[in-house]
Amino acid sequence: MSEQLGRFGEFGGRYVPEALIPALEQLDEVRRKAAVDPEFVGELDRLHRTYTGRPSIITEVPRFAAHCGGARVILKREDLNHTGSHKINNVLGQALLAKRMGKTRVIAETGAGQHGVATATAAALLGLECVVYMGAVDTRRQALNVARMRLLGAEVVAVTNGSQTLKDAVNEALRDWVANVDSTHYVLGTVTGPHPFPEMVRDFHRIIGVEARAQVLDLVGRLPDAVLACVGGGSNAMGIFHRFLLDPSVRLIGLEAGGEGVHSGRHAARFSGGTRGVLHGAATYVLQDDDGQTIESHSVSAGLDYPSVGPEHAHLFETGRAEYRAVTDDEAMQAFRLLCRTEGIIPAIESSHALAGAMAVGRELGPEALLLVSLSGRGDKDVHTAARWFGLLDDAEGMP
Amino acid sequence: MTPTVHSAAATPAAPAVRLSPGAQVLAACRAEGRAALVGYLPVGFPTVQTSIEAMVAMARAGADIIEVGVPYSDPLMDGPVIQRATETALEGGTRVDDVFEAVHAISAAGAAAYVMTYWNLVLRRGVDRFAADLASAGGCGLITPDLIPDEAGEWLAASDAHGLDRVFLVAPSSTPERLAIATGACRGFVYAASTMGVTGTRETVGSAAETVVAGTRGVTDLPVCVGLGVSNRAQAADVARFADGVIVGSALVSALGEGGIPALEALTRELAAGVRESRR
Repeated sequence: MSEQLGRFGEFGGRYVPEALIPALEQLDEVRRKAAVDPEFVGELDRLHRTYTGRPSIITEVPRFAAHCGGARVILKREDLNHTGSHKINNVLGQALLAKRMGKTRVIAETGAGQHGVATATAAALLGLECVVYMGAVDTRRQALNVARMRLLGAEVVAVTNGSQTLKDAVNEALRDWVANVDSTHYVLGTVTGPHPFPEMVRDFHRIIGVEARAQVLDLVGRLPDAVLACVGGGSNAMGIFHRFLLDPSVRLIGLEAGGEGVHSGRHAARFSGGTRGVLHGAATYVLQDDDGQTIESHSVSAGLDYPSVGPEHAHLFETGRAEYRAVTDDEAMQAFRLLCRTEGIIPAIESSHALAGAMAVGRELGPEALLLVSLSGRGDKDVHTAARWFGLLDDAEGMP
Repeated sequence: MTPTVHSAAATPAAPAVRLSPGAQVLAACRAEGRAALVGYLPVGFPTVQTSIEAMVAMARAGADIIEVGVPYSDPLMDGPVIQRATETALEGGTRVDDVFEAVHAISAAGAAAYVMTYWNLVLRRGVDRFAADLASAGGCGLITPDLIPDEAGEWLAASDAHGLDRVFLVAPSSTPERLAIATGACRGFVYAASTMGVTGTRETVGSAAETVVAGTRGVTDLPVCVGLGVSNRAQAADVARFADGVIVGSALVSALGEGGIPALEALTRELAAGVRESRR
């Protein structure tokens, strides 16, 4: 693994216009220095404790676990963070770096709106101008998050190019960055993109696994048999996996969006239905046709609806250190409802893919097994989708 | 099939460099004391057949080099005009195979063709296979907007094996070190982005272009062509004062889209006159 080139085995790298290389080199240098600067580390730690609410707790969920073959199941509660998901860990780190680099403006892409909300939040906190790019289809699907970002003072730009979803929002953010790189930092929201983003974003989320490993050892006295997390771009998964990479007894299991089924063609399962390629700056696994044109992904969960995946996941997949499974929309929604009813926790639909994975893996491993699941976000944003999925409201009750 | 680059061990003296047709055109323009006109159009806009006819017509109307664009689903270096044109091309079923047909037609008409492509399309076909297909269609080389030399090992080898030019980009943000790396890997010419930004017409090209060309000339003797933002005769003449080539894209795409091949030919003639105004 070459740190110098930002490679994870054969994956990663920098497939971007030459114009961005100086900014990427500056970012790499600044984040390396910051990582060992007590002032930076202290400020980020203070924000984690006094703003985000870290450390996030772990919760054992026995009534849910009864549906997981009787295995013990422990949730890492990133849903309890300020802004409702793990995204804030990365955003605060990058916003502090933006200030260090003397940049006054941050931009971000967002799909469901969670990363956009987190970025708008950090920008408000630190006094930075903020522009969020969001596919026009997504601005309609997630109108409340658009309003939330505007409340926080961000400008939300609806992207009407291409498929008008997350991948097009990334394209538009990259175009903005090329044109405004002197004043602007691009707060990329996941472990994809050109080096150093995959490594840097992982490092900002690594705290999830560091905390969880110690918390599980403290509670149970042993390491889990498996760690499970949903994988869109893959930032919460890399965050919780990384501290366990050198624990060979711990299986690392990523759950991708199987959509309507991998064989339906309507899914976001890059490791089942994708091939090696380059998208948005990184060599990784991509959903693409025979010519190399990107194929649009599909998932009930906007946060997993992305045709590419972080390059470190591609490396963990090819080396066999992590395994990746597809969870269908229907399986994820059943797990979503089950956690609501057995534990009184409404999870994000993204995280529900990991819960569905735990139900399957628990049944495979049996009652002796100990599973750690990343509950990466809360489901407030998904109530509309869930209400429609389960038919919870009459038309007269105001659901469009 | 004859390799054009020999190993240092076999030929201790520097091997005679065989210039591509494109490099020969640039050398001839330099000898005339003028800049070359490089015209861009994407394959498949508005249809594959019309786009090929348009590229040949553009060459006959005075474009010295044709830059053949390959439509891609995620064109992050392109502004709205080229995005819309390439979306139309993809919706119309344009395939990467069609690019080689276009290159063949341009070459058969006696003009020099470079292919501008995002990297994933080359990777997917196979770098060596893409290079072989391009060489057999008579193409001069590739312009790669999202590939930097640091990541281009396979392409450096394939372009050597198939005798193709490789055109990397430099930008106003490029440090002297990056200029040396980029130009050191180029063959044929260097593509200098005039501004920080994506393709599209602009009111003024700005002084950054002249600065980046000057910086580039400090580290290479290769011809330097300037792209991004040029749309009319006056801008072409202005850039032609200091560049070896003036690259025009969005304005030609708009002309073709709005007025068909006659409008494209008229704009090409204007631009060709522009690059001849600033004789050096």
